[in-house]
Amino acid sequence: MSSLLSIKQMSINFDTPRGSLEAVRGVDIEIPAGMSVGVVGESGSGKTVMCRAAMGLLQGSNVKRSGTVVFDGHELTAMSKEEVRNLFGSGMAMIFQDPMTALNPVRRIGSQLSEGLRVRLGMSKADALARSKELLELVRIPNAAAVLKSFPYQLSGGMRQRVMIAIAIACNPKLLFADEPTTALDVTVQAQILQLLRELREDLKMSMVLVTHDLGVVAGNTDYVAVMYAGEVVEYAPTTKLFADMRMPYTEALLESIPKIDHKSGTRLSMIAGRLPDPTDRGAGCSFAPRCKYAQEKCHKEHPELKQDPDGHQYRCWFPIGEAK
Amino acid sequence: MSKIGFWLQRIAQLLIVLLLVTFGVSLLLRLIPVDLATILLPVGTEEERDILRNELGFDKGPIGYYLQWLGNFVQGDFGKIYFSGGTEEVSDHLKNAMPRSLLLMVYTQVLALAIAIPLGVLSAYRAGRRADKIISNTLFALSSIPNFAIALLLVIFIGVKFAWLPTLGYAPISDGVWEHFKHMIMPVISLSLGLIATYTRLLRADMIAALREDYVTMAASKGLSDRRILWRHVFRPSSMTLLTSAALSMGGLIGGAIVIESIFATYGVGFEVFAAIAGRQYVALQSTVAVIALFYVFFNLVVDISSGFVDPRTRDRRVNA
Repeated sequence: MSSLLSIKQMSINFDTPRGSLEAVRGVDIEIPAGMSVGVVGESGSGKTVMCRAAMGLLQGSNVKRSGTVVFDGHELTAMSKEEVRNLFGSGMAMIFQDPMTALNPVRRIGSQLSEGLRVRLGMSKADALARSKELLELVRIPNAAAVLKSFPYQLSGGMRQRVMIAIAIACNPKLLFADEPTTALDVTVQAQILQLLRELREDLKMSMVLVTHDLGVVAGNTDYVAVMYAGEVVEYAPTTKLFADMRMPYTEALLESIPKIDHKSGTRLSMIAGRLPDPTDRGAGCSFAPRCKYAQEKCHKEHPELKQDPDGHQYRCWFPIGEAK
Repeated sequence: MSKIGFWLQRIAQLLIVLLLVTFGVSLLLRLIPVDLATILLPVGTEEERDILRNELGFDKGPIGYYLQWLGNFVQGDFGKIYFSGGTEEVSDHLKNAMPRSLLLMVYTQVLALAIAIPLGVLSAYRAGRRADKIISNTLFALSSIPNFAIALLLVIFIGVKFAWLPTLGYAPISDGVWEHFKHMIMPVISLSLGLIATYTRLLRADMIAALREDYVTMAASKGLSDRRILWRHVFRPSSMTLLTSAALSMGGLIGGAIVIESIFATYGVGFEVFAAIAGRQYVALQSTVAVIALFYVFFNLVVDISSGFVDPRTRDRRVNA
């Protein structure tokens, strides 16, 4: 199977006054062409940083990065900023987490949406605006002509997220990064947005990286799942396999912390005790060991490597679930 | 509420501000513990002073005096300047001084903004790098030199030593554009250096804050060039503080450029205020301050209106409020 995006040994460090902050540590991820891959993890696990770094969108002199990113045959990490930029829009595009802050507050929707079409595809102003109207209709925005003339603050959160999706898909990208596209939205709107993304992905034959902290979102919308913890991939498997046969205790703990509809009223919500390790001081052992209910002495002392089952299921654990403990 | 209604309300508010300012100045004059008529006519007879008291309303209470002054002011009668040989109309003085001050103000603002905006954008874009440090430190040094010191240095070197530019006086545009600018260059530079430093710092700070916003990353993910992102996406939402600061400095430039106007003998409105104080021409002072306040309020209204175009959120928030 060919990979559209292949990230190898990506590490991202931020220089901070407290020392080097390891946001992403040696991540390997393959995004197969035409597939949707979920990236799951709690806040601070490095999901967003990983996506932005993959597109080269991390700015700042305090960012140290290593590893390679290959997209559609181009090695992004060896290309200049301008060359990478030429792949944006028609190659890769991104949907941001918070539609309240990711649209420019002082520019009309029409100008923000048509800008990419004009700059990237060289369309005329009139063509770009006509296409923008079609795009807004494609993401099911009623009264598209009026919305084109609106400012972001005049739209609801769900509408803004639809606008953002329209901007992202404007130039028919091969790969769409969706960074927590539903987190800032109401539950009912979340379902609509996910439905829309699913349909667009099929219609436009896009691959997608869906970043979320919600395993429920991943379940119906992705082909593969990568679970991240403390900047590392700790489990990677086809979605159905992950839910049926998880190997990593962290994934299990994440799943257990989702409230179930058949829980008796008054059931205590299960949660993962403790918190993420200090990103400026990752200990020697498994990052999850201090919070893991199966942790043994070895877990605290030695850092586990990513192991692979014959069927391709990867996990980073000394004592995976399903083996003798 | 409609936009027109909003602006009518805004203009009404400004009129009230003007009334309060002029009344305050009027009251202050009446609080001076001297007989105003004696000061204006030091060598006149008591009858002549009585006539003057009656003519200017000094014999009425503070409110009566203010209303009489206001009535004259709105009809264009700004009062007289009294000296031993007779009187001169304040309005004639202002007609002469106002264009000088307004042009000085406009040139200063244009020069300051034309230099500060690119510098601010550049130093925000390169924040913490060498270019930013050079710009910030140079401007900090410049802003700590008082503008009269800069003016004197310019006079000594450019005016006297190299004799490139005239050091004194004013030439109207009708004397020729080059002649006009020759007299304006040094006062404008003296006044604008401090403003350049302020404007650059304000714009830099706001742009650095805006550059951290998600919509900037979003713009980058559309594949736009850095230049386009800076000017089209970051500059406008970051320019509100700059715009406000520019508006506030206009009042200071119209009436407050006294020192610079004196050094270069430009004789603008600032100098009129100075001369009125020095010569105890209290009626002239009151009317001149009122004219300055009028311009100040007018420019603030202009900025209010333009801020709605710069940031539409402010416009609709106020209309909806």
